[in-house]
Amino acid sequence: MLLIPCPHCGERAQTEFTYRGDATVERPHAEDSAEKWYDYVYTRDNPRGEHTEWWHHTSGCRRWFKVRRNTWTHEILGSESANTDNNRE
Amino acid sequence: MLKVFSKNQYSGLSLARNALSRHRKWPRVWRDPEPKNSYDVVIIGAGGHGLATAYYLAELHGIKNIAVLEKGWLGGGNTGRNTTIVRSNYLLDGNAKFYEHSLKLWENLSQQLNYNVMFSQRGVLNLAHSDPEMESFSIRGNAMRFNGIDAELLMADQVRRSVPYLDCSQNTRYPIFGGLLQKRGGTARHDAVAWGFARCADAHGVDIIQNCEVTGIKMTGNKVTAVETSRGEIQTGKVGLAVAGNSGRLAAMAGLKLPIESHVLQAVVTEPLKPIIDTVVTSGASHVYISQTDKGEVLFGGDLDLYNSYAQRGNLPRIEYVVQSVLTLFPCLSRVRMMRTWGGVMDMSMDGSPIIGKTPIDGLYLNSGWCYGGFKATPGSGWCFAHTIAHDQPHMLNEPFSLERFSSGALLDEKGSGAFPNAH
Repeated sequence: MLLIPCPHCGERAQTEFTYRGDATVERPHAEDSAEKWYDYVYTRDNPRGEHTEWWHHTSGCRRWFKVRRNTWTHEILGSESANTDNNRE
Repeated sequence: MLKVFSKNQYSGLSLARNALSRHRKWPRVWRDPEPKNSYDVVIIGAGGHGLATAYYLAELHGIKNIAVLEKGWLGGGNTGRNTTIVRSNYLLDGNAKFYEHSLKLWENLSQQLNYNVMFSQRGVLNLAHSDPEMESFSIRGNAMRFNGIDAELLMADQVRRSVPYLDCSQNTRYPIFGGLLQKRGGTARHDAVAWGFARCADAHGVDIIQNCEVTGIKMTGNKVTAVETSRGEIQTGKVGLAVAGNSGRLAAMAGLKLPIESHVLQAVVTEPLKPIIDTVVTSGASHVYISQTDKGEVLFGGDLDLYNSYAQRGNLPRIEYVVQSVLTLFPCLSRVRMMRTWGGVMDMSMDGSPIIGKTPIDGLYLNSGWCYGGFKATPGSGWCFAHTIAHDQPHMLNEPFSLERFSSGALLDEKGSGAFPNAH
């Protein structure tokens, strides 16, 4: 069981959360090139190691936040609120 | 194959001859060569797909100067970690034709390789739990039959008769409305597939080099020239990647970013039982698939753990969910003990279909994005990948699986779930 550090509620069991994916991809502007949109929709760095990712506290405060986690060891390195205030490392 | 194994052909006669010498004189099944300085083709990954590719390159395309590089041991990745299911019950044309080609190769694989891969066509039964699901199964079944693939739509009482231990009562969480059966589907011995392809490839002179990790891909301009490995540099003009969950890492060595995420998928076996399930049963209601191995273990797999992972191990919450799903269908298993669980790293593509083809880099070929379903594709994947590498262009069967389909929009999204790799 992973313990996910919700920046708002503290450490809770993984089963309370929903995973979304890579939090480093940024949505391009509507008028940006097709290549940029392709990158955004499809390609991922998919690192073996540190990964910044979106989690949602579905059965808790229902807020989105970022977790830094090692994809090889599953070690959790920190988390931060989606709207940068109230950070928790 | 007879000409390849003039001396070491397996047969009743060779078994008797070796029994007389108390089985002490069986020859090595494959060599353990040192890497040479250069090869015509280097395949990275000695799992089923990589070895099949090397075999078909040698057998069908006459390319013999091949190395298959493996960072661990042969067949130690997803080839040894899957749930051994073989089927071709796909809706979309591109998938249906490719997987059916693969299934046809399976049907003759033991004879072709002179190695018993224990392919057992015990049928694959998808359960339907609602009227709409029966509708969608009849659409898929008809599409399969139009593509020349066997499919049978079963009513609830037919399902009950063919899988007697299945809970078909009205009180269960997911009542059984019927099912879609592919009788030619089934299971195979996963290790044997890797070993059989390895033995045949080796007999053709292919060098299978284990404990040899690729650490870099060298290029001149836009062309591959060599791979750097833990056992030295190897010159080659053609590199084929068949590394499943590590595709992203290997592609990054050549500066490519793929439409793939790596996720962990777990599987479970119970202690061995007398035969109780003689087919493969799957249910989309909770995404679970169940079969009984030749050793008697009940083998089941389910969903991904749903977070990116390279760990080859998962987590208890998912196992609990999968076990619950199995018990909903087969309450009779509730007191059977779980013996072993393990995880494999899946190369989850953005549309749930594989990528077999060329890349923007000359001489670099990609075989990847197998999601849950790489095992059944093993011979077909190797067959198509070998053709692609030998002719520097895809075969008709793997044209739909190009990397460009993501930018051109010609996706093969069987489930229609969009660019969410953990949703396929």
